Formats: sequence, C-alpha cells, structure tokens
Amino acid sequence: MKGIRTGPLIPILGLAAGIAAGVWLDPSVPTSLQPYLPIAVVAALDAVFGGVRARLDGIFDAKVFVVSFISNVVVAALIVFLGDQLGVGAQLSTAVIVVLGIRIFGNVAAIRRHLFRA
Amino acid sequence: MWLPSAVICSGPDGVATDKETTTGAEPAPEPVLQPKGEPATIPTEAAPTRPWVAVALIGLLCAMLGFALAVQLRTVDSDQGLAGAREEDLARILADLESRQDRLRSEISEQQDLLEQLGSGEDSAAAAVEEARRQAEALAILNGTIAAVGPGLTITIRDPDSKVDSAILLDAVQELRGAGAETMQVAGVRIGVSSALVGEAGDVRIDGIEVSAPYEIVAIGDSQTLATAMQIPGGVEDKVIQAGGSIEVVAADQVTVDALRPLDEPEYAEPAPDPDD
Repeated sequence: MKGIRTGPLIPILGLAAGIAAGVWLDPSVPTSLQPYLPIAVVAALDAVFGGVRARLDGIFDAKVFVVSFISNVVVAALIVFLGDQLGVGAQLSTAVIVVLGIRIFGNVAAIRRHLFRA
Repeated sequence: MWLPSAVICSGPDGVATDKETTTGAEPAPEPVLQPKGEPATIPTEAAPTRPWVAVALIGLLCAMLGFALAVQLRTVDSDQGLAGAREEDLARILADLESRQDRLRSEISEQQDLLEQLGSGEDSAAAAVEEARRQAEALAILNGTIAAVGPGLTITIRDPDSKVDSAILLDAVQELRGAGAETMQVAGVRIGVSSALVGEAGDVRIDGIEVSAPYEIVAIGDSQTLATAMQIPGGVEDKVIQAGGSIEVVAADQVTVDALRPLDEPEYAEPAPDPDD
C-alpha cells in the first residue's frame, strides 16, 4: 500500500460529493450527536491537512491517513463525551479545538512552505 | 487487511519533521515514488491490499467530511441546536428569557391599563350618544315628528248642532296640556308647539287643516289627571254640553298618537355660540 499515489482528484471529488449530499439532503443532526459533530469535523480537517502535508513531503501513506482520520475523529468525540460526563464538556471541547487548531495551523504553514517556498 | 498493530504504532516514529503535526505521514523506508502499491516492496506488509481500496477509502472519508461539514454549517445556520446545548448554556439562555419575560409582563400590564382607560372612555362616549338619542326622541315626541304610544285618553266630542267652535277645542288642548299631557292629536292633526286652532263652529281649522265633528282627541299622559281636567266645573265638558254636544272620555293603558307634523324649521333663530368656546 505504501507509496500509492492518489492524485488530488479523488479526495477533492469526495469532498465535493459529500458537501453536495449534505446540502441536498439537509438531514437534521440527532440531538445526542449535536455537541460532537463540530468537534469531529475539526478533527477530520486536521487529519486532511496532515495528509496534504505528508503528501507534499512525499511521505504520504493511505493507510496512515485512513487510520489517523478515523482515530482523530473518534478520540476527539470521546474526549468531549468524557468531558460532558464529567461536567466540563464545554471546557474540554474548547481544549480539543485549540489543540486541533494549532495542529492545523502548523500543517497549513508546512503546506504553504511547500507551495510558495516561503 | 492492514498492517499489524505494532507497525501502526511504530509508524510515526520515523517521521523526521514534526511528527506531532504530520498526521497521515509515516516513515518512508524507501523512496516514496513507486510505480504501484506492491505489497512486496514493504517487508512488514502482511496482507496484500489492492490500491483502489485505499483510494476508495480516502474518497469515502473525504466525502464523509464534506457531508458532516455541510450538515454542521446548516445546523449552525438554522440555529435550532437548543436541544443539544449544554446545561450551563441552557441556564444562561433561561435566565435571559426570564428577564425578557419580566419585561414583557410589565409591558402587558401597562398596555392593559391603557386598554381599560380607552374602554372607559368608550363607555362614556356611548353614554353620551345614548343621552343624545334620548333627548332627540323626547324632542321629537314634543314636536310631533314621530309617533308615540302610552297610557292616556281618547276623547270624542260630538257636535250635532255645529256649535262647538275652536275656542272649546283650544280649551280642551290647553286643559290637557295643563294636566300634563305629553303629546296629543286632535281630529287626526298632531298638536305641536306652534299649533293653531282657528275658525267658527262648523268651520274649525287646525294648522290650516279643516276638521269636522266628531272631534277625536287622543292624549298621552296620566289618564286619571287628564280625565279630571276635562270634568272641572265650567271646563271643557260643561262647555260642550252647553253647546248642545256630547263628550265621551275613555281611558286606556295604551293609546297611539300617530299623526305627524313637520318640524318647524327656524328661519331667523340659530343656536347661540357656546360661551365656553
């Protein structure tokens, strides 16, 4: 699997298809999932930016991407869920967002260096 | 289908640059560019996996991300997420709503006070209208512009000798008025404030209308008092009998004065200006 070169076409197509489906179907989020969906989205974004950076670095691996994507989402949701159970859900989701935001910033900075050499 | 877990765990360790922030990267023991994902090129790869599976998985995950993104944006946009809000947020929202409710309550009571004031104003206006209507009716009855019913007398004066003149009829009208008759008609002519009874016996005219015996007078008032007024010595009854006629007085609980006379339009007089103006 290592070294499979997936062009940017498939992920971009998938993203576009997913956005189109979300807009078109316009499902209502179950109440029990509502606190976790935004966290999961940010975690997945972090995984995607990490993947983009890895690809530009030439060390992209599809398996690592898939596993990290899923584990990111699950762990982020779990942390928030645990925080909700402990009564510090709001604070813990802020913490998760901050950590993921920092990671996204770092990845985007690396991507920027690759693309613009600056 | 994936690598053994030991390999997964050890994967990121080999990433030289900032492995913390490089999700999706893993050590590249060999040059990354390979023509195909041949399992054989990676010694640790246990299960051979065809490349399109990975591609499909990446596409699927990206699709899921896009879907969740769109759904979340929609949810935030429509802002119906109160059911999923946290307890502390709900408590704050509740407090906001309660203070707003208090404000609205006081506003309601102010508006209700205002409404009551306006309602009582309306009542007094309605009372004024009712009073004006009552006055108009009383004046119309006095002036003879509307028909009237009530207790009273029906007096019939027969004059076989044609000796009853207008003076006797005028006496009768004045006696009835003096006794409190509120309105009356004589021989089918309504008596108003400016009625005139003129003419000799046999040629009596009331308001210019010729009338002839027998004369029927209908008067509304206290029938006992009115009847007594007719019977006073030297009064109407005596005069009619002296003139050779006869008089018949019938009291009734309900008599109808239905002759009408046109309203006297004042030609010269007009209402004086209100001194308050």
